[in-house]
Amino acid sequence: MAGREPGAAAEALEGRASTEVLEEAKSVEFTYRGIFQKTLAANLCKHVVMANRRREWLGSTIQRYSDSPERNGVPAKQFAVIAPDEERLQEHLAKYEPGELDVITVLDDTLCDGVESWAFYGRQPINLRLRRGGTLIVVSHRSAEELLRVIPRKPWPWTLAILPGTPSMGGLWVYRDDGTDMRVLGAIAKVRPDIFELEAVEEVVEEDEKLGDEHLEALRSGYEEVRVYEVASGEGKEDDYEPVRLPGYREMREAIIVEACKPGERNPDYKTSSDRTMRPLVDFDACIKCRQCWLDCPDEAFDVTEEGYFPVNYDYCTGCGLCSQVCPVEDCIVMVNDLEFIEEGNQDVFPKWKEDPEGYREWREEKIARGRVRHSGYFNTDVWAPVDGGTAERSREEERG
Amino acid sequence: MTVARPRGRQIEKLTTGTQAVAQAVKLADVDVTAAYPIRPYDGVMQAVAKLIADGELECEYIVAEGEHSQFEICKHASAVGSRVFVGSSGVGWMYAMESLAVTPSLRLPVVAMIGNRALDDPGAFGVEHNDAMVVRDLGWLLFWVEDAQECFDATLMAYRVGEDRRVSFPVGICVDGAFITHSQTLIEIPDQETVNEFLPPYDLGDRLLHPDNPITIAPQANEDWVMEIRKQTDEAARRVKGVIREAHDDFRRLFGRGGDNPFFEEYMTEDAEYVLLGMGSLGLPAKVMVRRLRGRGEKVGFIRLKWFRPFPDEELAESLGRFRAVGVIDRDYSYGSPQQGGVLFTDLRAALYDAERRPRLVDFIGGLGGRELTPEMMDEMAEITRRAARGEDVPTVSWIGVRE
Repeated sequence: MAGREPGAAAEALEGRASTEVLEEAKSVEFTYRGIFQKTLAANLCKHVVMANRRREWLGSTIQRYSDSPERNGVPAKQFAVIAPDEERLQEHLAKYEPGELDVITVLDDTLCDGVESWAFYGRQPINLRLRRGGTLIVVSHRSAEELLRVIPRKPWPWTLAILPGTPSMGGLWVYRDDGTDMRVLGAIAKVRPDIFELEAVEEVVEEDEKLGDEHLEALRSGYEEVRVYEVASGEGKEDDYEPVRLPGYREMREAIIVEACKPGERNPDYKTSSDRTMRPLVDFDACIKCRQCWLDCPDEAFDVTEEGYFPVNYDYCTGCGLCSQVCPVEDCIVMVNDLEFIEEGNQDVFPKWKEDPEGYREWREEKIARGRVRHSGYFNTDVWAPVDGGTAERSREEERG
Repeated sequence: MTVARPRGRQIEKLTTGTQAVAQAVKLADVDVTAAYPIRPYDGVMQAVAKLIADGELECEYIVAEGEHSQFEICKHASAVGSRVFVGSSGVGWMYAMESLAVTPSLRLPVVAMIGNRALDDPGAFGVEHNDAMVVRDLGWLLFWVEDAQECFDATLMAYRVGEDRRVSFPVGICVDGAFITHSQTLIEIPDQETVNEFLPPYDLGDRLLHPDNPITIAPQANEDWVMEIRKQTDEAARRVKGVIREAHDDFRRLFGRGGDNPFFEEYMTEDAEYVLLGMGSLGLPAKVMVRRLRGRGEKVGFIRLKWFRPFPDEELAESLGRFRAVGVIDRDYSYGSPQQGGVLFTDLRAALYDAERRPRLVDFIGGLGGRELTPEMMDEMAEITRRAARGEDVPTVSWIGVRE
């Protein structure tokens, strides 16, 4: 929760990197997109615990509990906690949710920009609770330099590990096994052997009748392919995160009432942010002003200009893609990966078009060429683990074609 | 306190308990009601419908498809500024439970008549108090009435107390099925002018849900908010007793009724050695018993509790300390509770724990499912309580009138 104090165990570790303290309990977070990656995260947590049984450690898994996270695409978290004995495990579990994390694994790189599981709480940095010397593992085709443009700095050095790959749909309720869980486990074993060694997780996989050689192969490929960057203290985006201050009962309005907005106003406390993986990009030259996007948008994210155009207010757009589907003009509203807009943030692009239509057209085409996505926001790879990222690139090409 | 003659003109009418409630609903000028039949509550929806049909009351009458909808309709109507009336009985009241549970936290002063009825199976229509009591821990204020007159009085009191901005809680008027809902007695009905003086118009102020006052009521609250919501509701619950006292004084001044004590009625307790204590229609046979035993020189009295929520713990502790024993009569039960007794008994024991002088407390379970509680049964209870007062060994809990 916002503003929560680090636990006593964390204070005891002050000054020592989490990798150096081998005998302490460890916490691993998996940050994922609700429902799409639910099974994936649960499966990963399970394997972290089971791999630790090979060295007689105990473990437990906890899902970040709230009403929101399990919904479509909403950022969610599941934790695996491991400890050398029951006493130290209990010390960790007594806090319910780990206050400080040794490893944070990001299963969808658009989450690097921040995690917001509940609108009111604001967008929290992806590495908010990363311990001194902790490791952030991201499944991504992006470079460390690109990712560090959105990941905030820490006052201590930490490690960024990148496992090449696209966000997996392997966790959707109908579990489509694409090997991503194995590749992620391999990556953890490589960069954080204090969490578990490769041999330990190999043994778990070998003993599981449902898993075969291809899983072992994916596990080892993850181990081989993960790339490691040591991030220096102060390196990364300037952190503008402020913990939400929750009011006391004497300050709150009585009768479960919150102030609302007058017609035409937008609620400043209920902006969307990290539940968006892609955003609509409008071609104002092609727009026929039919206003179907404006009518159909479930979040009323379209503004209306004096000229009758409908630019998107990205502060309120969830990136659901409905507008791109109801728009009758081909390629007028195109969905583009949200990480393509690191420079622009949520700013309104309509003035850009008004001032320089030609410049806008070029800018838009460049964005589309780099990050066009279809409806779900995910590359629907029906094939086995895109080991080198090639398959994902190909499917991206195919979709584009 | 001396009671002045009632203000205005009062007319006398022979009515059932449900008709008496309806008369008060009319004088309170209720805007919205929602109905779904179940005995013994249904008499009141028929009586209210008749008042509307006769042009005596202008009120939106919505027949719901079930009790859950009924209570939701009235809760929402209350949020947009309507004075509402609703009600149910037994398992019908249970069916509305989800709605009943959220209404107090939303601080909407829904007034409901609960025609107390046994919880099925086996389909019993008769009175038991467990149905209303399931909301005792949720913020509902609960008033147990003795007769048709009190049905009328308590209904006006419910709007006055529940709608007070310091309170804003739903109120249940608990009416013993059959004994009060279905029997006619003469009642005094005041004129509209005097009622208006007692009951100001319903005003939600800045809590009114209206386009000109944009607010959201009850947005999704997650784990970071619930403690604070509960504590706020608790703060309001602590203010209720003071508001009841004010309303009670006004009521006596204007209508000339109600007795000295807003929370409970004491009958022949001045020099009593021991008393029986109960709620609802059992006051009648209890008073008959007290008079008979008094005639034989027994120093016995009776206390009838009116407000069950808020529970007048301090007031009861102060009063009951005078007696050597109290026999609590529960028209309810609480399986597996401390001492395996009734709900009222359990609450009363808790209320007296910190008292300087604690009388001996015994419990009687009786009149369940609509079984009559006769003056003879009262004699039996009085006898056990008398023995308890003298330090004899008697059971803590006795079932009265049960076949063995």
